[in-house]
Amino acid sequence: MDDNILEMRHITKTFPGVAALQDVSLAVRRGEIHAICGENGAGKSTLMKVLSGVYPSGSFDGEILFDGEPVHFRGIRDSEDHGIVIIHQELALVPYLSIAENIFLGNERRGRSGLIDWNRTNAEAAALLSSVGLHENAVTPVVQLGVGKQQLVEIAKALSKKVRLLILDEPTAALNDLDSAHLLDLMRRLREQGITCIMISHKLNEITAIADSTTVLRDGRTVERLDMGSGEVTQERIIRGMVGRDLDSFYPDRVSSPGEEVLRIEDWSVRHPTQDRLVVDGASLDVRAGEVVGIAGLMGAGRTELAMSVFGRSYGRDITGRLFMHGREIKARSVAEAIGNGIAYATEDRKRFGLNLIEDIRRNISSAGLRKLARLGWVHDNEEIKVAETSRRDMNIKAPSVMSVVGKLSGGNQQKVVLSKWLFTDPDVLILDEPTRGIDVGAKFEIYTIVNRLVAEGKAVIIISSELPELLGMCDRIYTLSTGRITGVVPVAEATQEKLMELMAKDKEPAR
Amino acid sequence: MTSTKPSSTAPKPTESAPAAALHVGTSDPRTLIMNNLRQSGIFVALVVIVALFAFLTDGLSLSPGNITNIVLQYSYILVLAIGMVIVIIGGHIDLSVGSVVALTGAVSAVVVIRQGHPWWLGVLAAIAVGLAVGAWHGFWVAYVGIPAFIVTLAGMLLFRGLTLRVLDNISLSPFPAEYNRIAAGFLNGLIGGDGYDAFTLLIGGIAVAGYVVSCFRTRVARIRYQQPVESFALFVARMALVGAVVMYFAWQLANARGLPIVLIILAVLVLVYGLLTRRTVFGRQVYAIGGNLSAAMLSGVKVRTVNFWIFVNMGFLSAVAGIIFSSRSNGAQPAAGNMFELDAIAAAFIGGAAVTGGVGTVVGAMVGGLIMAVMSNGMQLMGVDQSMQSVVKGLVLLVAVAFDVYNKRRAGANR
Repeated sequence: MDDNILEMRHITKTFPGVAALQDVSLAVRRGEIHAICGENGAGKSTLMKVLSGVYPSGSFDGEILFDGEPVHFRGIRDSEDHGIVIIHQELALVPYLSIAENIFLGNERRGRSGLIDWNRTNAEAAALLSSVGLHENAVTPVVQLGVGKQQLVEIAKALSKKVRLLILDEPTAALNDLDSAHLLDLMRRLREQGITCIMISHKLNEITAIADSTTVLRDGRTVERLDMGSGEVTQERIIRGMVGRDLDSFYPDRVSSPGEEVLRIEDWSVRHPTQDRLVVDGASLDVRAGEVVGIAGLMGAGRTELAMSVFGRSYGRDITGRLFMHGREIKARSVAEAIGNGIAYATEDRKRFGLNLIEDIRRNISSAGLRKLARLGWVHDNEEIKVAETSRRDMNIKAPSVMSVVGKLSGGNQQKVVLSKWLFTDPDVLILDEPTRGIDVGAKFEIYTIVNRLVAEGKAVIIISSELPELLGMCDRIYTLSTGRITGVVPVAEATQEKLMELMAKDKEPAR
Repeated sequence: MTSTKPSSTAPKPTESAPAAALHVGTSDPRTLIMNNLRQSGIFVALVVIVALFAFLTDGLSLSPGNITNIVLQYSYILVLAIGMVIVIIGGHIDLSVGSVVALTGAVSAVVVIRQGHPWWLGVLAAIAVGLAVGAWHGFWVAYVGIPAFIVTLAGMLLFRGLTLRVLDNISLSPFPAEYNRIAAGFLNGLIGGDGYDAFTLLIGGIAVAGYVVSCFRTRVARIRYQQPVESFALFVARMALVGAVVMYFAWQLANARGLPIVLIILAVLVLVYGLLTRRTVFGRQVYAIGGNLSAAMLSGVKVRTVNFWIFVNMGFLSAVAGIIFSSRSNGAQPAAGNMFELDAIAAAFIGGAAVTGGVGTVVGAMVGGLIMAVMSNGMQLMGVDQSMQSVVKGLVLLVAVAFDVYNKRRAGANR
């Protein structure tokens, strides 16, 4: 019997309408580095939220054994008391507080009077910093550090809580090679000190370099547990586990007959709005009328950034490159200009960027093409109702009335409102960013059918998706993006998930 | 895509639509009240408060003279509340309007009283200054990106200071009679009447008729486009109620001094801005920005331009309020308009505007302003101490916004 520090048994977690985890089991040996991998949406983050108490005990089925004892966490505080600390991909540091203040936030070092003992705070922080290999003064504000160093501060913070099981969610996604290498080194050192690590990662080269064992998740289920010690498990082997699934008739059939080129992007580069790095690096792509083109890429590859920067420069700075619509060069310097040129972009995060949730269906649908309903600045509101009703029927938006508030609709219906809104602007090219994220299977099929209908009408569609089967099922051609660069373009007939995954992970050499 | 072209499946206008308008709709009063609690709540509150003070003052608060008084006394707050609710819907705030009221009134007084120009030149000068102030705020908020709270807090100090400079720290009065008429004048006796002013009643009648016709047309259109409407009985009841209230109000005015000119100005502004917020592209974009800034930006709304004009408009309405106030007080004082911003903000929030933006109506702000006005006036009639008046107003504001927050949570829980 292995000496397991953690066992999660038969975990099932459902959200309204969706089963995020189904009978998932995870066993982590004491003192190992355990990788968890799977496609986006496979349930990795949900599993970690179950473990850390973000989803409190009782909101899921199954049991968790920590150190052989059953545990029931009601919140993060509980799991941290047991020494389980999770470091999220989006770092949770307070920018204008010092490193030391961040490390002891909520866990302040107090003197006898109850006031904070600053000497002790800073001294302990300095000790922790040296143990993670960060050579910074403990009183430096966190905002002055780069992402890599901030990550180290998070780890120092975890160590201050006497961490026994450290969970890192995509720790190297935002790091450059050097910082990634440092982080992996640090993880090896922590292992020597007896701290167990769970690492969620998309970067398979890192997993093969550092992990002792790997659990693969797919569609909310455990697929397999691989022992990495033998050195026989390759990246290809992991990929097979992650994607090993048949493409069934889940995607509606479509006759493909691409016509003239609609949109062409040439040598497109975009700089991060605040950091000094290229998020998109010399990307070129094109899409034809009646064609669906996919963009595949791992998290942080720059897919959304590429799309948004093309869409009226709504992301990034120092944008260079050329845009052509129907062979003619255009300048889309604002969203209004992009819409005017026939480009539409349906965001991946409809609640934050796509919809006015407190407004009704009708006004959300008209919001991007309002000028078409107006003369001399006056909105023809009966016409607006007509447009909304037509969309409701064509898109099969399930709501009592077009006056229903969008915030109360289900995810699938909200997505249909977003699509309606963009179709009303009558675009020539429609960029759909994660069009089926967070919506149920039935609604997905409806969305696919709508896309096929649009393509049949001669529109050009670009789909950005983390779900490779979706791209394989829907697209004519698929571009792969890795760290801001186009690493390949594959006609769907020649594409396999393994091949795409390889191109998507095609990085500079593995960080060691 | 079918939604982009006239579709044959769209509901066809039918001859029977007006007839259908007579008997279609939801009549379950509980559903209707619950659905419209937020909107109808403040109307109910206004009625309750009016009734309460009518009772407490033995009907004095509803006397012809007093109703006229309320109109004259609070019109400028209501004008400010129109601009303020638009600012708040856009997700901003304006703390400077009191100072701008003072500055525009002062400029007008300098032009008319000190320099002896005709009254209309004073009005134009005040409006020009108001627009300039609005453009100043709009520039900093929209194009530099400073939060409106800070920009207008600075404006509050800045324009109060300029008022003192313009007036050389002294009051200016009196205005010529033409200028004074703006806020103190009445339209009456145009078509006679025996002991009452028939003209006022006529205007009241026209207003009611216009309201009923417009509501009926909306209803017919809604039904033609197969949208839910209230039941016909309820519709008639609503029309009758509004008609009765307006005609009672007109009757009381007719029995006092006739139709105040400020009331006409106010009515025109409410009508214009009601349409502006509901029916124009600009109005829609204000709601879109306040509701979800990022989504508005990604829908092609020129957020900066819209924000700029929101503040220019606020400056314009501050100038209108400044003209009315200086006319009513028949002069310009350095301390004029003190705390007006807070009354205007309170009116907007009591009227259902949301602190987070994206929600609110001009009519709501008017009702909110009237609630404040009726309360202040009633307490004055009762001789309530100034200190207690302030306490009561503060509590009413707090309760109104707490109700709003509670309502939102309830709506959120329904999701």
